[in-house]
Amino acid sequence: MISVYHYMTVSAILFAMGTYGVLTRRNAIVIFMCIELMLNSVNLTFIALSSHLQSMDGQVFVMFVMVVAAAEAAVGLALMISFYRNRESIDVDDMNLLKL
Amino acid sequence: MEIIFFYLVALVAVVSGFLVIRCQSPVNSALGLVNTFFCLAIFYVMLHAPFMAAIQIMVYAGAIMVLIIFVIMLLNLGEAERKRYTHGIVWSSIASLLVLFNVIFFIKRGRVTGAEGDITTFMVESFGHTELIGKAIFTEFLLPFEIASILLLVAIVGAVVLAKKEV
Repeated sequence: MISVYHYMTVSAILFAMGTYGVLTRRNAIVIFMCIELMLNSVNLTFIALSSHLQSMDGQVFVMFVMVVAAAEAAVGLALMISFYRNRESIDVDDMNLLKL
Repeated sequence: MEIIFFYLVALVAVVSGFLVIRCQSPVNSALGLVNTFFCLAIFYVMLHAPFMAAIQIMVYAGAIMVLIIFVIMLLNLGEAERKRYTHGIVWSSIASLLVLFNVIFFIKRGRVTGAEGDITTFMVESFGHTELIGKAIFTEFLLPFEIASILLLVAIVGAVVLAKKEV
């Protein structure tokens, strides 16, 4: 029988992989995709717990997470296009104006 | 039978997530991410949340991924980007393994508790999942819903302003 712990374990593995991707990759779009992976693993936890506790609140929260992810996608990709227009690259190592 | 299916879908989800973080080409990463989204949608159906599965496929695998692939194609990243595509592997591995062990420790040692609601599986099947979510959004969570609409409006205006040639 599948318990809520199975779903939470899958979610933990996906979240750790997303963390690794955000910290290692240099391409800004891939970092963005890894953030989406982390958001989705949290969504899986929300829905598993909401189904386990027989409540609707977690699923409404998932909907708000999706709204914020859509807004983030629009603004983040616009930022990347604007950065690419200035620097001809979307490598995060080139975003070093604040470095000493 | 169900547990075998669960392990199969979980394996596909984890392997696709691994492709997202390891593929050199961003387009391959995007395809792996779409695969992960579909596996999560299957999990949502198994958890008796079919409306969430539909939203997952339409919003994530449809809208957001199309936007990301569109930007990848628009920027047309060349071969020079592919020579060194990672940095800081050792420290990042340590950090992500710490995150993983921490969460797994809590899952293994803890017990899931909380105030149980009254939305049983039988109720979801008789009323319909969409009706129950709509009722929750438009009664209990009305103010966050309106704030989310304002957030979307701000995001639209911000994206247009940022992507314009000369502000």
